Amino acid sequence: MRAFDYTRPASIEEAVAAWTPGAAYLGGGTNLVDLMKTGAMGPAKLIDLTCLPGLDAIEVKGDGSTRIGALVRNSDLAHNRDFAARFPMVAEAILAGASAQLRNAATVGGNLVQHTRCPFFQDGISACNRRDPGIGCDAIGGDTGSMAVLGWSQSCIATHPSDFAVPLAALDAVIEIAGPNGSREVPMAEFHRLPGDTPEKETALEPGEIVTAIRLPAEAAAFAAHSRYLKLRERTSFAFALVSAAAALVIEDGRIAAARLALGAVAAKPWRVAGAEALMVGEPPSPELFARAATAAMEGAMPSGDNAHKIELARRTAARALARAAAGTPAEMPALPASVFGDPAHA
Amino acid sequence: MPDPIPMPTRFGSSGQPVTRRDGVAKVTGAATFAADNHPNGLLHAVYVPATIARGRVVSMDVAAARAHPGVVEVYTPDNSLKLAGDPDAKPFMFAFRMHVLQTDRIAYANQPIALVVAETIEAANEGARLLAPVYEAETPRVTLDDAEGYKPEAAGFGAAETVHGDVEAGHAAAAKSVDLTYETPSQYHNAMETHAVVAEWDGDRLTLDLPNQAIVMSKAAYGYYFGIPPQNVLIRSPYLGGGFGSKAMSHAPVMLAIAAARAIGRPVKLMLRRDQMFGPVGHRGATRQHIRIGIDGDARMTVLDHHSLSATSTFDDFIEPAANASQGLYDAGALRSSHTGVRLDVGTPGPMRAPGEASGSAVLECAMDEMAEAAGMDPLEFRLKNYAETEPGTGKPYSSKALRECYAQGAEHFGWAGRPLEAGTMRDEAGMLVGWGMGTALFHAPMFAAEARATLRPDGTGLVETGAADMGQGAWTALAQIAADALGLPLDKVEFRAGTSDLPDGGVAGGSGHTATAGGALHSAGMDAIARLAEIATADPASPLHGAGNATIVARDGRLVVEGDEERGEDFATIIARAGGEAVVGTGGASRPPEAGAAHAMYAHGAVFAEVKVDPELYQMRVTRLVGAFAAGRIINPKLAESQLYGGMIWGLSFALHEEARHDRRTGRIVNGDLAGYHVPVNADVTGFDVITVHEDDPYVNALGIKGVGEIGITGTVGAIANAIRHATGTRVRRFPIRIEDLLAGG
Repeated sequence: MRAFDYTRPASIEEAVAAWTPGAAYLGGGTNLVDLMKTGAMGPAKLIDLTCLPGLDAIEVKGDGSTRIGALVRNSDLAHNRDFAARFPMVAEAILAGASAQLRNAATVGGNLVQHTRCPFFQDGISACNRRDPGIGCDAIGGDTGSMAVLGWSQSCIATHPSDFAVPLAALDAVIEIAGPNGSREVPMAEFHRLPGDTPEKETALEPGEIVTAIRLPAEAAAFAAHSRYLKLRERTSFAFALVSAAAALVIEDGRIAAARLALGAVAAKPWRVAGAEALMVGEPPSPELFARAATAAMEGAMPSGDNAHKIELARRTAARALARAAAGTPAEMPALPASVFGDPAHA
Repeated sequence: MPDPIPMPTRFGSSGQPVTRRDGVAKVTGAATFAADNHPNGLLHAVYVPATIARGRVVSMDVAAARAHPGVVEVYTPDNSLKLAGDPDAKPFMFAFRMHVLQTDRIAYANQPIALVVAETIEAANEGARLLAPVYEAETPRVTLDDAEGYKPEAAGFGAAETVHGDVEAGHAAAAKSVDLTYETPSQYHNAMETHAVVAEWDGDRLTLDLPNQAIVMSKAAYGYYFGIPPQNVLIRSPYLGGGFGSKAMSHAPVMLAIAAARAIGRPVKLMLRRDQMFGPVGHRGATRQHIRIGIDGDARMTVLDHHSLSATSTFDDFIEPAANASQGLYDAGALRSSHTGVRLDVGTPGPMRAPGEASGSAVLECAMDEMAEAAGMDPLEFRLKNYAETEPGTGKPYSSKALRECYAQGAEHFGWAGRPLEAGTMRDEAGMLVGWGMGTALFHAPMFAAEARATLRPDGTGLVETGAADMGQGAWTALAQIAADALGLPLDKVEFRAGTSDLPDGGVAGGSGHTATAGGALHSAGMDAIARLAEIATADPASPLHGAGNATIVARDGRLVVEGDEERGEDFATIIARAGGEAVVGTGGASRPPEAGAAHAMYAHGAVFAEVKVDPELYQMRVTRLVGAFAAGRIINPKLAESQLYGGMIWGLSFALHEEARHDRRTGRIVNGDLAGYHVPVNADVTGFDVITVHEDDPYVNALGIKGVGEIGITGTVGAIANAIRHATGTRVRRFPIRIEDLLAGG
């Protein structure tokens, strides 16, 4: 491990002021520290944000929006009963990720800015345009089972690993940011970036900026009765998604009044297609409708290697997630959150 | 035929579900594993792994590494650490060829190419990074199709080819047959505790804190490599965080650390990172197995013909003896097990929990189901039809074989009777596909050689000693129970010492033979101590036992008594006190006489029944029930034995659905070389497991009637799960692990 400086600022202003090129912000450390061990990342300075005041609250604001401080631990958010009641698929997604120990350590802000688990990025050895812009991408032509099928480029075929980000995207979350040039907000849809020719720019954050909060708008809670997250994976827990989907509906008089659908593990960002959501509005829920919506959501999907199966699996997962959402949010969190085997019949 | 061995007539501690004696120390962190040791002056070593699989190192920036603050020394092939023994020789069993910087050639990814020793682990790691090796890479060969096959001299520790009967005639006589090819991937032992060593020299005396499965035997290995007498080597291995076959032998990174400690004159610690476990410390080699079964019109097997193409390294010869798993089980008219090796740019495979049996049983049990299906028969009925009453091929009687009872009890407990023959017909209330499958479990019941010492102390308590290894399986508890019985003492009156190499040789903790072997030695030593004490007592006119014949005296609860007249007796302490107060020491050993092995075929048996559920569209799989019924001779400690059997079954689940090292074909590197990418089951995957131990008395296998339970749980389980998936979905996947995309492609 390379030697690095360590500082623990007492305020956001101090943190931002401490930032210098080559520095990294430290939250729960569940991703960054691993990458420092493999050599994939070697920050010259760690700025530990975990003692910043005022960033660990979950609050409902006057306008009805819900603000989650960036330092709220993943597990604290998922187990907050009021929050889980309003945004059940967000809680379900969190509980479908990592392990209990990691969720206890990881912060929600860190969850959003975590890096891809592409092995060619993580190993610190392979050519990777995210780590070393312009050097090339060893993932292309390599082991591509976990790679993107949407939005990838010849520069990068990696996916974003977060479960949490997927329902946030579906619910039009807003990311609050502080930085050297003051504070600003970015819609979740624009927070994570597709690789294009600049895969090293993973998010909308500019150098030195920090995620300070995640805000869910008031209208997002309208989906509470019909929202599910579904994660297909190779073991029952503690595995990244093969594909996943967050589906949320408002159903009025037997017809869909509003629909949201976001897919995970298919691209470098949670994947949302407006047309796929729009085609459900005004229709009665049905398997055929959900299949059409899922197909629309996956329009343009292309294998980035030996991973064509992900396209079909993503379609089916999206359709199933919609069907589960239509069936209604379970009264209690399933024993196996977001699992194929998470239906009450398998509890 | 040799006479049956008389069974011990009284079990006190043994047979009881005693909780492991080291459990509290382990869960509270009080147990010290090798890397927990910090002798004064300790240096830290890291080895630098090759990041290509084939080629050579052209250069490394040694100057930069040396210049890094805290770095003490950097070893490369230019200033390599010379060993006294030849790392390319194989002078003893379990010796594997090692890369200890004797060449700049690279034969596999993660091969050591340098060792950096520093005052801190951080400095050592940074020194290693600064070396920034430059390679001349060649195209690596990492799949079974990348090189020509060769005819190996041996398969694992057994024969490369075994033939019984006329195989071609067996094929010709078949009314129906299956001809199948299955693949198994390379798998890597991932004990929770990675390989580690703390090495300290004092002149030509070497002390090693080292997790080790063959503690006393390994003295000779380290003595050989370092040119010192074996008795100058002290190995301390009180706790192992798992071994699984990987910790029975010497490995290059550990050798380098020991050599560096000697060269520098300070103690050195080295502990492998998780990713470094994938290469230099052995693995289960990949196989492509070709299996053919023929049956006659009555569904009796005319032939079982099993071949394995097994991968090994370019520089050593261990190949997975997968086809040998077809020996010993089914009553086929002709039987052939054969192997071809293929040399790849991978680390040398080695024994990994159920070597050969795991991969071979997986394929055999799938093939048996495919044959049953072709015959239109229930899988269990087909197996019973071909039940072997004597060992197939050799005709030897089994020393004991309660496999019928395993089938019956397992099937009953599982509810197998209602199983529809046709695949894809069962659904649960949530619409999931449900499938039931089964497999037969088989594992040989070996004994190795061990010695032990039992001391009756003047206070009447016992001390028993043998250099046994507890890898986490609970050996120390089970062995102490055996010793306590032999001494006629309650368990809490017996001090048990093991885990260091200055004790009598406890043998190898491997091959599912440790309890039988080390336990046999402890039993023998205990009986010897009791016999010596009885001699003293019967010769002492002041003893109530005076004049009683030795043969009639037994030990009970700290007393010697006349069998059948237990009022006539005296406690140990009194006997010893009157005789002058000197402790009474007994010694003993255990091994199996060759004639015993020649007279009987000795195996543990079992039957495993699996229920899986599979999503009909998304194809995620879940094992929802797994019932294993095992007959493994006498069970010393039911709690620990069941835990071992569960562990084996979990491993079988892991084999069936999870474990696979994936190589990048361009570099030869393993791309999923960590526990995030190399999957094993998590707790949420392990539900609905049941273990049944079927009673079995075996008067031939050894004095204690023990067969061993360490590995058999894997066998049978893999096939049972794969067969259940076939039964649920109608799709037969002929490679492991079975993946969602395989079922998608088949569905």
